[in-house]
Amino acid sequence: MTVHVSGCSSAAADQLVSREIRTESGQREVFCGLTGIVWLHRKIQDAFFLVVGSRTCAHLIQSAAGVMIFAEPRFGTAIMEEKDLAGLTDANDELDRVVTQLLARRPDIKLLFLVGSCPSEVIKLDLSRAALRLSQRFSPGVRILNYSGSGIETTFTQGEDACLASLVPELPVQADAKPSLLVVGSLADVVEDQFMRMFDALGVRNVAFFPPRKSTALPSVGPNTKILMAQPFLPDTVRALEERGAKRLAAPFPLGVEGTTGWLRAAADAFGVDPAQFDKVTAPNRARAERALAAFKNELGGRRIFFFPDSQLEIPLARFLSRELDMQLVEVATPYLHREQLAEELKLLPAGVAITEGQDVDDQLDRCRLARPDIVVCGLGLANPLEAEGITTKWSIELVFTPIQGYEQAADLAELFARPLVRRAKLVA
Amino acid sequence: MQLTVWTYEGPPHIGAMRVATGMEQLHYVLHAPQGDTYADLLFTMIERRNKRPPVTYTTFAARDLGKDTAELFMTAARNAYARFKPQAMIVGASCTGSLIQDDPGGLAKSLGFSIPVIPIDLPAYQRKENWGASETFYQLVRAIAGPKAPPPGTKRPDRPAGQRAKCNLLGPTALGFRHRDDVAEITRLLAQLGIDVNVVAPMGATPADLTRLGDADFNVVLYPEVASQVASWLQRIFHQPFTKTIPIGVSATREFVREVAGLAGVDPEPVLAVASTRLPWYSHSVDSTYLTNKRVFIFGDATHVIASARIASEELGFKVVGLGTYSREFGRDVREAAAKYGVEALITDDYLEVEAKVAELHPELVLGTQMERHIAKRLGVPCAVISAPVHVQDFPARYAPQMGFEGANVIFDTWVHPLMMGLEEHLLAMFKDDFEFKDGALPSHLGTGHAPASAPAVAEVAVALPQSAPVLDGAASEPAPTAPAPTGAVWAPEAEKELLKIPFFVRGKARRNTERFANENGVATITVETLYDAKAHFAR
Repeated sequence: MTVHVSGCSSAAADQLVSREIRTESGQREVFCGLTGIVWLHRKIQDAFFLVVGSRTCAHLIQSAAGVMIFAEPRFGTAIMEEKDLAGLTDANDELDRVVTQLLARRPDIKLLFLVGSCPSEVIKLDLSRAALRLSQRFSPGVRILNYSGSGIETTFTQGEDACLASLVPELPVQADAKPSLLVVGSLADVVEDQFMRMFDALGVRNVAFFPPRKSTALPSVGPNTKILMAQPFLPDTVRALEERGAKRLAAPFPLGVEGTTGWLRAAADAFGVDPAQFDKVTAPNRARAERALAAFKNELGGRRIFFFPDSQLEIPLARFLSRELDMQLVEVATPYLHREQLAEELKLLPAGVAITEGQDVDDQLDRCRLARPDIVVCGLGLANPLEAEGITTKWSIELVFTPIQGYEQAADLAELFARPLVRRAKLVA
Repeated sequence: MQLTVWTYEGPPHIGAMRVATGMEQLHYVLHAPQGDTYADLLFTMIERRNKRPPVTYTTFAARDLGKDTAELFMTAARNAYARFKPQAMIVGASCTGSLIQDDPGGLAKSLGFSIPVIPIDLPAYQRKENWGASETFYQLVRAIAGPKAPPPGTKRPDRPAGQRAKCNLLGPTALGFRHRDDVAEITRLLAQLGIDVNVVAPMGATPADLTRLGDADFNVVLYPEVASQVASWLQRIFHQPFTKTIPIGVSATREFVREVAGLAGVDPEPVLAVASTRLPWYSHSVDSTYLTNKRVFIFGDATHVIASARIASEELGFKVVGLGTYSREFGRDVREAAAKYGVEALITDDYLEVEAKVAELHPELVLGTQMERHIAKRLGVPCAVISAPVHVQDFPARYAPQMGFEGANVIFDTWVHPLMMGLEEHLLAMFKDDFEFKDGALPSHLGTGHAPASAPAVAEVAVALPQSAPVLDGAASEPAPTAPAPTGAVWAPEAEKELLKIPFFVRGKARRNTERFANENGVATITVETLYDAKAHFAR
């Protein structure tokens, strides 16, 4: 377990506040990238995710889907057995057999992801070749792609990055020279629709969302495509899109009023929208969101919050809570810190805030207990034990599954943090 | 490779975690990648424990694979030893950890801790959770109690006259189905008999407690899946006999009382004379008449399904139409039990196979696990949970044992509540034309306030499931088109109209039975006659 403290500055990010960042590598209490399947299979509605892994992977997905709310999920596991480890040729035959069996049973599948896991990566089962081989057999009806959601390579939300990056080569080439906007990262349908209306009102045309709801409606990409990141955990996807000629717009993430405004403004500026027009279009939404947020300022203002690393949403969330709700940031930990893509966010964080990249969970728990924050954001494994110690918690996974982006959700986001505090105050027994 | 959607059992290291988490002062160092820490939430969220499991994961990453993962393991073990100061440590690897072949046992030994360090070698690609729990418990007991073993050939000294008999309770673990309450109930029952409990293990025991296992006169095996290997070993090494009866249900509890009384040399009759449980009287009460021959399907771990089948058949008057388990290690016992009820046991860990079986048998009640709860919900069949794996709501706040006489009371309530009560069924039939009982209105006993799907859709789902190969995609999320009967019998309009006169809560079954009857008899068009022929055919 190593800890070192380094200065953080990046030439690419202009005016980036130079700050100290603690880096930890010890036991991590974070889901692996396979968990992304739980929301991705609801987003891309004709896709199926087949984990090629162990019984542990199957058990993880089922436990992460928690109470098993989906009686008929569009994901499954090909559980490797002793004989699959013995010879890789056998494993490939077995995989072909399982995929054939699956597609025979599920003729509605248009896109099949073979998802690599820790064991399949360690034994070097080549899923990209398997995907190619199977694609040849099942095209054109079914497109078969692969990515890795293994815990040795990805953490929690990185699974979405790996999934989307694997889709990028499938995107058609943009045919015309008209500028287009590509919003990258899974958003709830309702949030997508709100943003679409907003772009429309601003006069920003040719807007597409990635991933799409249907795998048959993949957006096109080319040198005239501008990328607006909706989620902070997608560096590989963005890099792949940039290799296709697209340009990333520097922007904060659309959390809270300020973040949403900055995010929309980045698009508006890139598409030459008149600033006065921008203000006119966004002013009513901004005012409404601020009114809704005011109610939570009393509840949350001055409260001390501590983030365990989980979703990589921690930095934008901390920025929102500190700037719009006056919360005090005790420690903000994130599994990975993408200094360039988070540059706009880091500029807005208060100076001197304690940022941690990575985790050594026992040491971090010690710091947390010592600091006695008012509320802690953490994963499911830590929440109840902390509650038992009298520390109020918020499940970080809820922040991934709930629509929290945009003006209309700003107060909902604040409420997610207020509710545990309100609850603790209510309970007398 | 095995294609699966849901699994009944986790990997074997989860079984080891259930043992470690149940115990005190024991720490588990697990060579595992990031992601395997998900297992913590099983204990903190599903079982709602207030402490983290005593497990340190090495959480190695891809970049570590080229370097020294063995060093990573040793650092984690050293830190865990220093931080948690356990009485003993178990070390092992998860499925991925085992692939990188670092030998946690050897590495840990080289660290020279002054506590017992027990390597637990679990073949992750062959075995599963319950086996892992059993093996972990066995290795722990062997390593910790073993040194106290009497020399081979020595006879167990007789208990001094006047000294109370004492026994160990073996098998309860963390995340077990009602283990906490079962232990309390059985301890109370034994106390009534004048028998003391020496050690309860693994749940609640420290490694130091395990050194005292040999002090007991005999062992009580509560959960054979976890404890039978240990019990056999203790019998061989410490000459302690162990109990065979699992005290679930009234008759079994009575037999259990006699069995332990025999082993302890006490008189069971005073306890049996005062033992009270309401199950037998409730079963005899007139409102239970309607339970007669209710067709029940039972699936779960071996211990609970064998006990449940007996209760269902002998104590509630149900008819067992299907019985199965995912515990392959106990396949023979379950097959023997099934033979008693004239059914063939379903031994499988494929949830889709179980689903197909339930659809085919269309029972009136399903007793199962969390998976069967889902299956039953989709098929519109009432369900009660009897075995792990379970939902968070199956760890109730109230005292709700399954074992002993109080357990029998709990079981009566739990199984009968999902069904309609006798009087309720009569009233619904009598007032079926009342506007409040219109189609789609759920009977009050389902009590959810919202229909799972609409009732007719549920009936269609059941029909759409082919009897042969299980389908991965059932029709719940994407409803089947108005379900044609499997081989295409068509409903004549007047027969369809007649069907609507049948109370809605049994209509689905009537439809299925009629279609099955039509298909089996080569009837192409279902007429009113066919409907009543089928009714006569399936009449009990």
